Amino acid sequence: MATKKLKSTEYLKSLVKTEPAPEEKHRIALLQGNQAVAYGAMDAGVNFFAGYPITPSTEIAEILSEELPKRGGVYVQMEDEIASICAITGASLTGAKALTATSGPGFSLMQEGIGYAKITETPCVVVNVQRMGPSTGMPTSPAQGDIMQAKWGSHGDSPAIVLYPDSVRESYELTIRAVNLSEKYRTCVILLLDEVIGHMREAVTLPDLANVRVISRIKPTVPPHWYKHYDENQKYLSPLASYGEGYRFHVTGLTHDSHGFPTNKPSEAHEMMERLRKKITHNIRDLVQIESREMEDAKIAIFAAGIMSRAAKQAVAQARAEGIPVGILRPLTIWPFPDDAVRKMLRNVDTVIVPELNQGQLIHEIRRLTKDKSDGDLISMQRCDGALITPNEILRKIKEVH
Amino acid sequence: MENIPQKIIHEYLRHDKKFPHVWCAGCSNGIVLGAIIRAIAKMNIDRNDIVMVSGIGCSSRMPVYVDFNTLHTLHGRPIAYATGVKLFKPHLKVIVVTGDGDCTAIGGNHFIHAARRNIDLTVILINNNIYGMTGGQASPTTPHMAIATTTPYGNIEPDFNICNLAIGAGASFVARTTAFHTNEVQNYVRDAIEHPGFSLIEVVSSCPVIYGRLNKKGGPAEMLKHMRDESIPLTAVDKLPKEKVEGKIVRGIIKRVIEPEFCAEYAKLCERVQAMGGE
Ligand SMILES: Cc1ncc(C[n+]2csc(CCOP(=O)(O)OP(=O)(O)O)c2C)c(N)n1
Ligand code: SF4
Repeated sequence: MATKKLKSTEYLKSLVKTEPAPEEKHRIALLQGNQAVAYGAMDAGVNFFAGYPITPSTEIAEILSEELPKRGGVYVQMEDEIASICAITGASLTGAKALTATSGPGFSLMQEGIGYAKITETPCVVVNVQRMGPSTGMPTSPAQGDIMQAKWGSHGDSPAIVLYPDSVRESYELTIRAVNLSEKYRTCVILLLDEVIGHMREAVTLPDLANVRVISRIKPTVPPHWYKHYDENQKYLSPLASYGEGYRFHVTGLTHDSHGFPTNKPSEAHEMMERLRKKITHNIRDLVQIESREMEDAKIAIFAAGIMSRAAKQAVAQARAEGIPVGILRPLTIWPFPDDAVRKMLRNVDTVIVPELNQGQLIHEIRRLTKDKSDGDLISMQRCDGALITPNEILRKIKEVH
Repeated sequence: MENIPQKIIHEYLRHDKKFPHVWCAGCSNGIVLGAIIRAIAKMNIDRNDIVMVSGIGCSSRMPVYVDFNTLHTLHGRPIAYATGVKLFKPHLKVIVVTGDGDCTAIGGNHFIHAARRNIDLTVILINNNIYGMTGGQASPTTPHMAIATTTPYGNIEPDFNICNLAIGAGASFVARTTAFHTNEVQNYVRDAIEHPGFSLIEVVSSCPVIYGRLNKKGGPAEMLKHMRDESIPLTAVDKLPKEKVEGKIVRGIIKRVIEPEFCAEYAKLCERVQAMGGE
């Protein structure tokens, strides 16, 4: 028994040292978004996956169940999504790069555990391939209804990092980025995918592994008795020890001091809450990514994320061909929200159109940033029936307001 | 009596940080903590290799006081967190401290599935028959017709037999004792840590301040005496007439078998897959 146990530890060690050789066939391939997420996760160094099957995210678990054992990583199917988020958090505290993947109902179940990963500042990634809700909803139909939940889903104030790709290739890239940011900022990062992107096939060329930038958590260099699990520094990026390395730190979901011990002191509670907040707000430039197209002379702007920006891009191309000055602004980072870029857009255009597959979530954020635009200049296009808003519908709207 | 000097216990506590503790005077939780520390000191395990994980409850407050790697998680979820810890670094000794509510109500699903997987965790369940932390509501082990703040007319629900539940789910080591029998607690903790598989120790304990008061069980000493007088060793069960066994707390190692352990099986799977050529 004992030797067997040692062996499995060795596998895990070997994984940390050697990057597995990529299989060529995955480098240039026709991939689904979900596959791209799985390969991105592995290329980012993810060596622990715990999950529970749910449409439309299941392929991610299936691929990792096949691939992780080959490289000594851990794949485990847990008894539910609550257990899954807990297991990846436990593994991360032990030194793993850990990820789980789910969809609406499972994402709802994970919320308490997401809050725990955030308050304990434990790196991990949750992929939510969104489906139509609420509740069981339409399991195989697209929707963008979890944008607000991704930020506010867990109780209490817990600043969020949420990324949102619009293509298969970008699903790969943003999965790597999500893992990197989780390690760097010691938090639970969420990757929101649209069902259509998760299941859409696109030809992609993945970069050579040598060109993939992988970030891993900073390790403490101080002797154990100096170690503070939540150290303060200007960028709010503090070293993180792992269980079993001699640091013997305490982790709790109770509000805690810089050593991780529970506290009821308002000053220490304030300090902890500020750290959670400031590690986002002090690093906006690093965190926020946007794509801006044809915005220089635009009088009409479309603000859209994920699959809706694909439809919008087609509509914009068509409208431009007809001489209409329209552009598109797309958030790759949905939280923290790209406030500056949106303010600039609001200053420069007459009308903003916001197509989204929900009853109006992104539009709220734009309204929040609007000072002198009347409701008429902000146009919400909503669809919430399991179908997509088409490029033609967006084009029609562009022409209506032109 | 295993002779571990008091000062050794103190070496394992986080004195400078975390005292005084939150437990009421007369609570069993401290007795169990003492027994766990004595077992570990006696076994001479490197404390860097111990991860103590707990959920939420009075009993689950334990990890903060001890100088191990400690993880105080969510209500009901310690076994799920512990599964992640253990699977990633199987050489660590992972000890879960949990309550009857934490483990068998909200955490019941994780409990039975970890037992089924036979993952090498040592689960120490402190069963005080009530929700202590939240002020005395009924738990799945509150006895039939007992009074809790949420069963003012008596509890009409039957209670769980935790050890049977663990056995039914596939745990490979199952033991029960009481907080009165501290040496047994200590020895079972040792045996459970040594056991290569999922181990459950149910420590029948007392919450004199709430359960004891609501059910007129007397003070801490009376409740401990009750554990002494109302429990019998497993070895005596067959020798005693039926009426002397009924209603007693049966103490002993109820199940101990060696069965495939999950982390070891996972390691074998990796070996098998890699032998296939990594393809
Ligand atoms: C999700 C959730 N639900 C409810 C609670 C409130 N709560 C805290 S401890 C507890 C019960 C603890 O009882 P038990 O596990 O038996 O431990 P004891 O306090 O008796 O040692 C409850 C219901 C919580 N913290 N989280
Ligand atoms: S309430 Fe009961 S279980 Fe909790 S510390 Fe007090 S005596 Fe112990």
